Amino acid sequence: MLKDFRLEWRQRAALNGMLLYVGSTVFVCFLSFSLKGGTPPAPAWNALFWIILLFSAVNAVAKGFLQESRGRMLYYYTLVPPQAVILAKIAYNAVLLLGLAMVGLGLYLVVLGNPVQDPTLFVGNVALGALGFASTLTLVSGIAAKATNSNTLMVVLGFPLMIPMLLLLIKVSKNALDGLEFEASQSSLLTLVALNLIVGAVSYLLFPFLWRS
Amino acid sequence: MKNNWWKGLAVILLLYTAAAGFLMPVPRLAILNETIRNLYFHVPMWFGMTFILIASVYYSIRYLRNPTPQLDILSHEAAKTGILMGIVGLATGSIWAKYTWGAWWTNDPKLNGAAIAMLIYGAYLVLRSSFTDEQQRARISAIYNIFAFATAMPLFYILPRLTDSLHPGAGGNPAFAKYDLDDNMRLVFYPAVIGWTLLAFWLAQVASRIATLKLKVYEKQLV
Repeated sequence: MLKDFRLEWRQRAALNGMLLYVGSTVFVCFLSFSLKGGTPPAPAWNALFWIILLFSAVNAVAKGFLQESRGRMLYYYTLVPPQAVILAKIAYNAVLLLGLAMVGLGLYLVVLGNPVQDPTLFVGNVALGALGFASTLTLVSGIAAKATNSNTLMVVLGFPLMIPMLLLLIKVSKNALDGLEFEASQSSLLTLVALNLIVGAVSYLLFPFLWRS
Repeated sequence: MKNNWWKGLAVILLLYTAAAGFLMPVPRLAILNETIRNLYFHVPMWFGMTFILIASVYYSIRYLRNPTPQLDILSHEAAKTGILMGIVGLATGSIWAKYTWGAWWTNDPKLNGAAIAMLIYGAYLVLRSSFTDEQQRARISAIYNIFAFATAMPLFYILPRLTDSLHPGAGGNPAFAKYDLDDNMRLVFYPAVIGWTLLAFWLAQVASRIATLKLKVYEKQLV
């Protein structure tokens, strides 16, 4: 599995592109808000941040399977069991999204101000979100890669599936912004962890079937 | 006839629901007034949808274990029936909302959850239509169906409980404890749930028979 992870790591051509993507999106947001003068109010700040993360996550993960050539998939198939491939892909995507989210958050804080009152909760929430996005989108991109119009399909399939997660994430990060005590967001966080586990387990079980075709 | 007793039961229960639902006494509650009768039509839709979607997932799992065109048709038609029930549920809910909450659509977690679930299953139909190879279409849509069910059900049964909702039973309460269903209403409500659920299965069965026949006709034309 580690070896598979390294294989993924070697073809990280998309990484720099994604970093630029996040950076330029944040900068565009900054420019549009600076027209009105100053930083956006906290709810808008929150919503914008998650929208940026959502779109960069979809773009980053879509690269994973769509760029894979048929021959290489066959090669993996002879080397390792499918479960190892999906776990490695999820792990790689999680690390990738985590990195993107942290860089994006850093830039975002610099240009649009920092209204967060509970940084630990906020960063932890972002990490959970990256993990959740990775596990949902990895299987979706695997499904979309099999179809003809995969790019549209990736968005159509992925967005509705991510909304439950996104709702919880936005709620918790709103709590972190307002500096509410931990108890207020505890149940949402637990549900989020459970949702991540469910999605991960289902992808783990289903991927072998997907791969055979 | 022996295997079709449940269809007769569905007809009887639904006739009973329609008659008793409109004629039996209901509790006089403020705001709700007579609209409380919609309970017999709106709520059972969601029960029916959940059960028929569970059936769809069950056939998808069986398809993955043992791929036959029949199982694919069953799971596809069951999912389509689920979508139909969901749309009717949204429509009856919307009418109810207009007369009690004063708007066709409100920003309520259950409404949003239902709308998103419809989007998820709409995506299922789009996914199905974007394959040309039948076996691949069947397998991949079965995979997506299972995945979608696992992420869509929290929308219905977990998330609304965590937030405040205009619906009864939100904010941590189980759905029926707060709803002052009196004994008269129970007498209609439970048969209504069973009746609509049976109707959903009946619809799915008829639809999959039509689909199977179409497949057979198509295969004959090829020969």
